[in-house]
Amino acid sequence: MDVSTRTEGIVEQSETPPGKPVVVVDDLHVDYKVHATGKRAKNSRRKLLTPTRGLSSVHALRGVSFTAYENESIGVIGSNGSGKSTLMRAIVGLTPPSKGAVYASSRPNMLGIGAALIPDLSGEKNIILGGLALGLPKERIKQLQEEIIEFAELENFIDLPMRTYSSGMQARLKFAIAVARDHEILIVDEALAVGDRRFRQRSEDRIRGIRENAGTVFLVSHSMKSIADTCSRVIWLNQGQLMMDGGPEEVIEAYQGSKGQPDD
Amino acid sequence: MNAADFAAENNLHRVGARPPLHRYLQEMWERRDFAITMAKFKIEANNQKNRLGMLWIGLSPVLTAAVYGVVFGVLQGDRRPDNFASFIIAGVFLFQYFTNTMNNGAKSIVSNRALVQSLAFPRMTLPMATVVQQLLNVTVIISVMYVILFVLGNPIKLSWLLIVPLVVIMTVFNAGVALFMSRLTAHTRDITQLLPIINRFFFYSSGVLFPIDRILSSFPALLQVYDFHPIYEFLVIGRGVLLQGYTVPSEYWWYASGWAALLLIIGTVTFWAAEESYGRVD
Repeated sequence: MDVSTRTEGIVEQSETPPGKPVVVVDDLHVDYKVHATGKRAKNSRRKLLTPTRGLSSVHALRGVSFTAYENESIGVIGSNGSGKSTLMRAIVGLTPPSKGAVYASSRPNMLGIGAALIPDLSGEKNIILGGLALGLPKERIKQLQEEIIEFAELENFIDLPMRTYSSGMQARLKFAIAVARDHEILIVDEALAVGDRRFRQRSEDRIRGIRENAGTVFLVSHSMKSIADTCSRVIWLNQGQLMMDGGPEEVIEAYQGSKGQPDD
Repeated sequence: MNAADFAAENNLHRVGARPPLHRYLQEMWERRDFAITMAKFKIEANNQKNRLGMLWIGLSPVLTAAVYGVVFGVLQGDRRPDNFASFIIAGVFLFQYFTNTMNNGAKSIVSNRALVQSLAFPRMTLPMATVVQQLLNVTVIISVMYVILFVLGNPIKLSWLLIVPLVVIMTVFNAGVALFMSRLTAHTRDITQLLPIINRFFFYSSGVLFPIDRILSSFPALLQVYDFHPIYEFLVIGRGVLLQGYTVPSEYWWYASGWAALLLIIGTVTFWAAEESYGRVD
């Protein structure tokens, strides 16, 4: 893999000269080994205890390479199953690559705070738990608490158990906790699709704010509007491969041009 | 210039790479507030689901001990050990501490899969959180045990305080077992099916309900092997310091501590070695 040519390619595509590289994705392959269940269309005369029963390999990423720079916000687009989420999980280090590697200046964070929270507990306690899960010290969470509640617009409900919240309220709380800390590299996977229009607006503002604080943001979304509004660069994945990497207008245009064809 | 050199030149590190053991432990220590808070909140959330709430932490071992006490009291007839009711209480209460930590610890990665797949933190935090959770529970359980043993006519002795070092030794041992088992179950889900059997093996082999030394009195060689059965050691120590008419062979304290240290080292190293793989989706 020759990085220098790839870097030049990126320079050509983006209007501003790149700053310090923060994430290097090098020839990344990810395979999933899946125990398929259910009946296969062909070859269905299998015995129950056959050891190789339905073990199939899914090649989710097939050699993706790119370099992300400081201050960039990169939109990741592609149809369902194109490997967007797998790529993001590999960048965070949650999914080990089967080949290739991801290098980063600091450990990237994913906006996936929801899994750490306990639905039976109040919003207030979940703010503490979520903050600790993100690695914030206890004192800092206490300072941020008001701000989080205010951003999530949950002033009147913060003492109630989280399971009583509407799905929009839960999503707002999770987003508010996750963006409360400063992220050097942040990955936002579909999170902006939640909440009403006003909250979406404020979320996008917040993400721009992170970028302005010398952060790098990856944004996975099916909403071309929020990608075009927030991102300075767009990566288009198709069936685990990098189709295009460049400015938002041209990539989104090319992607939308390809849509409507049978493979989408 | 290849990508690895390019990354190194710009001071980038491979993401998800397992840090060396000492750094890993340090990172986990920095997350101790997360583990402790998660343990406390889990207890709170569990208790909210039941009407009797916190009471169940003490009530559940009492009821278990009552059932076993009646059944095995009848079965053993006049071959019952001395001070039978207290014997059962001490045995069941202490054994449950081990078995609860092993079960919950073993499932700690599997049952938090969503969390493991969405946030990056030292995974050891999860089994350790269950160890803390059980340690918090056991403080309640032991206070209940003190009350019951007193009511059953065991005089309060200074040696009752020796339960504290015993709990420390058991906690270290349990942590090692929990770490080891959680790695096994994370890779081979089938182990969860084996857990009840492993539990039963330890339950019946460590003399929770009957006096091993009396049953094996005609096999002195086997009895010597029992000197090195860790859970048997815990129960002998527990009964020795608590009950009227029982004593602790002093070497048992050393054997038990040795087991605890050994298991903690094995568990920690085994768990750490697979750190990169716990988030795998398969």
